[in-house]
Amino acid sequence: MEAVHGHGHDDAHDHHPSGIMRYVTTTNHKDIGTLYLWFSFMMFLVGGVMALTIRAELFQPGLQIVNPDFFNQMTTLHGLIMVFGAIMPAFVGFANWQIPMMIGAPDMAFPRMNNWSFWLLPPAGMLLILSLFVPGGSAAAGWTLYPPLTIQHGMGMDLVIFAVHILGMSSIMGSINIITTILNMRAPGMTLMKMPLFVWTWLITAYLLIAVMPVLAGAVTMTLTDRHFDTHFFNPAGGGDPVLFQHIFWFFGHPEVYIIAIPAFGVVSQVLPAFSRKPLFGYTSMVYATASIAILSFLVWAHHMYTVGMPVEAQLYYMYATMLIAVPTGVKVFNWVATMWKGSLTFETPMLFSIGFLFLFTLGGFTGLVLALTPIDVQLHDTYYVVAHFHYVMVAGALFAAFSGVYFWLPKWTGRMYNETLGKWHFWLTMIFFNVTFFVQHFLGLAGMPRRIPDYALQFADFNMISSIGAFGFGLSQILFLYIVLQTIRSGEKSPEKPWDGADTLEWTHLPTPAPYHSFETPPTVK
Amino acid sequence: MRLPSFLRLSTLAVALLVLLVPGVVMASKWNLQPPNTVLAQDIYDLHTIIMIIITVIFVGVFGFMFYAIVKHRKSVGHKAAHFHENTTVEIIWTIVPFFILVVMAWPATTTLLAMRDTSDPDLTIKATGYQWKWGYEYLEDDVRFFSSLATPRDQIDGRVDKGEHYLLEVDNPVVVPVGKKVRVLTTANDVIHAWYVPALAVKQDAIPGFIRDTWFRAEQTGTFRGQCAELCGKEHGFMPIVVKVVTEDEYRTWVNQQKQTVAAPSFDPDKVYSLAELNQQGEGVYQMHCAACHMPDGSGMAPVFPPIKGSKIATGPKGPHLDMVIHGSKKNPAMMGFGSQLSDLELAAVLTYQRNALGNRTGDVIQPGDVMTAR
Repeated sequence: MEAVHGHGHDDAHDHHPSGIMRYVTTTNHKDIGTLYLWFSFMMFLVGGVMALTIRAELFQPGLQIVNPDFFNQMTTLHGLIMVFGAIMPAFVGFANWQIPMMIGAPDMAFPRMNNWSFWLLPPAGMLLILSLFVPGGSAAAGWTLYPPLTIQHGMGMDLVIFAVHILGMSSIMGSINIITTILNMRAPGMTLMKMPLFVWTWLITAYLLIAVMPVLAGAVTMTLTDRHFDTHFFNPAGGGDPVLFQHIFWFFGHPEVYIIAIPAFGVVSQVLPAFSRKPLFGYTSMVYATASIAILSFLVWAHHMYTVGMPVEAQLYYMYATMLIAVPTGVKVFNWVATMWKGSLTFETPMLFSIGFLFLFTLGGFTGLVLALTPIDVQLHDTYYVVAHFHYVMVAGALFAAFSGVYFWLPKWTGRMYNETLGKWHFWLTMIFFNVTFFVQHFLGLAGMPRRIPDYALQFADFNMISSIGAFGFGLSQILFLYIVLQTIRSGEKSPEKPWDGADTLEWTHLPTPAPYHSFETPPTVK
Repeated sequence: MRLPSFLRLSTLAVALLVLLVPGVVMASKWNLQPPNTVLAQDIYDLHTIIMIIITVIFVGVFGFMFYAIVKHRKSVGHKAAHFHENTTVEIIWTIVPFFILVVMAWPATTTLLAMRDTSDPDLTIKATGYQWKWGYEYLEDDVRFFSSLATPRDQIDGRVDKGEHYLLEVDNPVVVPVGKKVRVLTTANDVIHAWYVPALAVKQDAIPGFIRDTWFRAEQTGTFRGQCAELCGKEHGFMPIVVKVVTEDEYRTWVNQQKQTVAAPSFDPDKVYSLAELNQQGEGVYQMHCAACHMPDGSGMAPVFPPIKGSKIATGPKGPHLDMVIHGSKKNPAMMGFGSQLSDLELAAVLTYQRNALGNRTGDVIQPGDVMTAR
């Protein structure tokens, strides 16, 4: 960086516009990471309000608050916003902040493209929200956007399609940047097998994104032309096949699940060793297990479609292939537990969230195994059991890991320490209300309550009421998180140089706290 | 190793769980609905076995984790060990789960093969999903009818107390004989639906343009309730499925009754109906078939479901109105044709109603004969 700027001093890092223009024009990986994280938190709140609308309507049987059409728009946008607006950008935010610091690089490989990848997101988010206010409302076919239902929708659907295109472009650019950075900008001596696991997980995730985002773009484009240009990809009256969309969607959709989960694995694989004061158990097998999961994720998509009526041979294949994922996932869980085994454990907030992740993600993994078995899935497909299952892996999995990462790295990012007592409150409230909300949904699904319905039979009333109470508790607990973060940034106590004595990656060992604007002006040497 | 006492403890916990869990889960609220077919029972048992296996593994793995949390914490002075790999252990915990999976896959495979064997049925019913009701056609016995939600709107909107079978009751249930292999063909008229009856362990997507099949053989008589399981638009939560399993004799009687109803038309084709008569019957047809989209007061939900009130079609010439309701819209896939679902009289009534109610005042009367000509 010195050569590039022609400065002889290390104060070059303060050269940037101030105020709003700093963030509009920024090419700095830390600023962009911050933007990603704040954007994702705002979308998390928007998606959360939608979730609470859903849970408020489901508090009691009968229609009280919203009409069924708006209810369907809420389930659809809640899903799209949480997946594409909240969880994915949150982990890209971590990638931006952490990857250059963890591999000893000054910044990302393509800083200007990095700026673009972020600034595509707000328009996409706006389009999603705007779609609610056009005539006919937003898409109401669920986040999976199955035709022919999507062919019936009004122009809200077109806005959603456009938003998905933009989000896809953003993800692909972000992924190119991440792969190039990791492969080309590691510090001397940092071989691939010496990279922190978080960096490994993002390398694998970025390849997944590049592979599947164009597939989703293709699927929604075909929907678009079916809607407006008289093609019949999914219209049986014109020789098309509605199930074709499902195959294309889930070819994207299943890897997408791991796009969300794998960076979460990465965060947890940094946090658990740090607070166990013991190296990650089975680093090599972790890398191979993650890669195996990623490869298998391309080969199991039709397990989301057991009831469409495929040949029984195909059902058997997808069942066996899906069950196989339990092997590498099991390896990861065993490795994490073995990392904690005979460590010297402390339980600060990041560790609590990582343990919460480990415990509940495994639970969600087990219900995934139950759903993998085709005969059982025929009973549980499209019921609340599935809703419970994927919230265990998406919320208790990805979101808990994201919280863990924020508490873990916040001192490094801001130079200030969060309030540990409040952090623990946040964890326990989140943990308890999460389970109140989603554990009972397993029973609803077993008893046969379909998902995506605004009203339900009376035998489902008790559990729905419990679930709704839990959801409001969960939602309110996240306001505490916002408070904790703002308090840390504004008036948190100064953080020690290395608040976590077990942390051993470059950002902790080779950079001051808070981290300087440009991470490594001269690369460190890794032994 | 200090493991033995801990292992004894976890074995005890597992044994307790294995004993307690089946007792608790017998109540259907906490588990799959009580099965009424052999396959539903197989699935129920498979689920129980899998739950026991995963509970044992879960308790085992997290037993280790909680043991570490209690005993290996810094605050009790535990010093961190420095091991970070163990090839033997890693190979074991890769291979052992694989064999556990094979144990799970075996019963799942045999059950699945039986579920998909739809050959040699005693009875075949075609179930067609519509937005938002089911149409049934008994292929051997030549019975056909529509089945819509029977729960009154007032219960849904909370103006009166909800009945026992709230949202799980229909006007015309599917009737099948006990102990017979019933093959269900599923398809749909507009979007994808799914035919789902938990107690019969049947869930099959109903896809427009394609026919899929599934089957069941009910063990006991009784009424079994399910719902559409694939999101099919705004009334997705309001298109239940009710299957009445009866004895062979009762089934025959029911088939004969159905045939008589069809054979004797409920109206005289030559009769000229008055506007008032048609309006009165038309209101019922409208509320049953049109109100879900066009709203009970005809105000619609633009732009997909346009208003009837003051619409060009419902207040303009009769021809396009007849065509729209009988054959459906060529531009808007949400407007299906009702020609195949409703009788001439019902169509005449609802057309007359739309032209003379909901704020429209054309004074036109459409007779069943007009409908017959327009078909």
